[in-house]
Amino acid sequence: MKDTFLLDGSTIPFEPGQTVMQAALAAGHYIPHLCYHPEFKPHGSCKLCTVKINGRTVASCTMPAETGLQVESGIEELNALRRSLVQMLFAEGNHFCPSCEKSGNCALQALGYDLEVHATGFRHLYPDRPLDASHPDILLDFNRCILCELCVRASSEVDGKNVFALSGRGITKHLIVNAESGKLSDTDISLADKAMQVCPVGVILPKRAGFSVPIGERRYDQRPISAQALDDAPRQTDADGNCAACEGTP
Amino acid sequence: MSKKLRVATTSLAGCFGCHMSILDIDERLFPLLDLIEFDRSPLTDIKHCGPCDIGLVEGGVCNAENVHVLHEFRKNCRILIAIGACAINGGLPAQRNHLDLGSCLTEVYLTEPGLLHGHIPNDPELPLPLDKVHPLHEVVKIDYFIPGCPPSADAIWKFLTDLIAGKTPELGHGLIKYD
Repeated sequence: MKDTFLLDGSTIPFEPGQTVMQAALAAGHYIPHLCYHPEFKPHGSCKLCTVKINGRTVASCTMPAETGLQVESGIEELNALRRSLVQMLFAEGNHFCPSCEKSGNCALQALGYDLEVHATGFRHLYPDRPLDASHPDILLDFNRCILCELCVRASSEVDGKNVFALSGRGITKHLIVNAESGKLSDTDISLADKAMQVCPVGVILPKRAGFSVPIGERRYDQRPISAQALDDAPRQTDADGNCAACEGTP
Repeated sequence: MSKKLRVATTSLAGCFGCHMSILDIDERLFPLLDLIEFDRSPLTDIKHCGPCDIGLVEGGVCNAENVHVLHEFRKNCRILIAIGACAINGGLPAQRNHLDLGSCLTEVYLTEPGLLHGHIPNDPELPLPLDKVHPLHEVVKIDYFIPGCPPSADAIWKFLTDLIAGKTPELGHGLIKYD
């Protein structure tokens, strides 16, 4: 008999050490998230994955799964909060989807679609954030940064290079490049790095590859992020390749 | 049959792409015209807005005239809808927002090559530009937003028919687009 908890009334099995988010995704149940990535230690900063457990709101990506938890996620109260978070992220940076080459592959945009966010509703800040085009193969467009730290984590934990960091506090917090000049060309980042693959938005971009996949045929054009995220989640499979945790889900 | 809904449309700091997308609903315009009639709109060339049920505004607010037109729409339209990326977040025109307006005009009309004896346009008929381009909701209350650059004809059709049927408009995957 495996340990289980309840998520929106469904029984979710879990392994010791798993978080609520990991167990839910492995069992085929989507919880919206932005800074969580299955290959990295949870960060708990974007708060999109906030769920209610025994009446308290907690980040499901950092909450250890426990037997008997009663977790609420897909309720309007939480989705309204998630919509506000997405709207604030859009208002804080310069997110002009029509001119962004990440459009259609962008997790922030796809979450907006999934949550039916039709407009930001807040006053836009229109910050001044110059590009860094110094590197011959890689472009940095800070206008779109949402401070998820996935590139920071990938560069230090996987690539062992520490190319990126966050600097400043509160509204002045921003992504920086760890080089004396502050320029990407003065780091040892390369196209093959993990840090090149994890940006959920359009900050870290390989040059000369922008529209190799046309708009309309991209990742989240095909299927919503709620379906894509489940495909990305690690599943426990038996010898025949069947997933014991996700019976009844595709 | 009940009275037709009166609909006004306009383009402020937009490119008329959203209006093209409205026309792109093609033959569905005929059933739509059984339900609505147009007031002020580039399609009718009526210059000022009378009392309307629905106002569709494309483009953001980039100059003084835009502000006046938007206030006229808000005053006359029971339901005001921002249509397209520019109306919703300023869009392409708002990409000047982190720059100083004076330096923009100086660079375009005075210091860049191409305009011999150029000067910054100052004809009194030209509306004065605002220092920033604003989304509509920063100037008046907006009731609904149809995102997209432009929203597809199908998205506009779904949104308007939901609204006319008295439902909360929903777009859903494939119709909701920001690009």
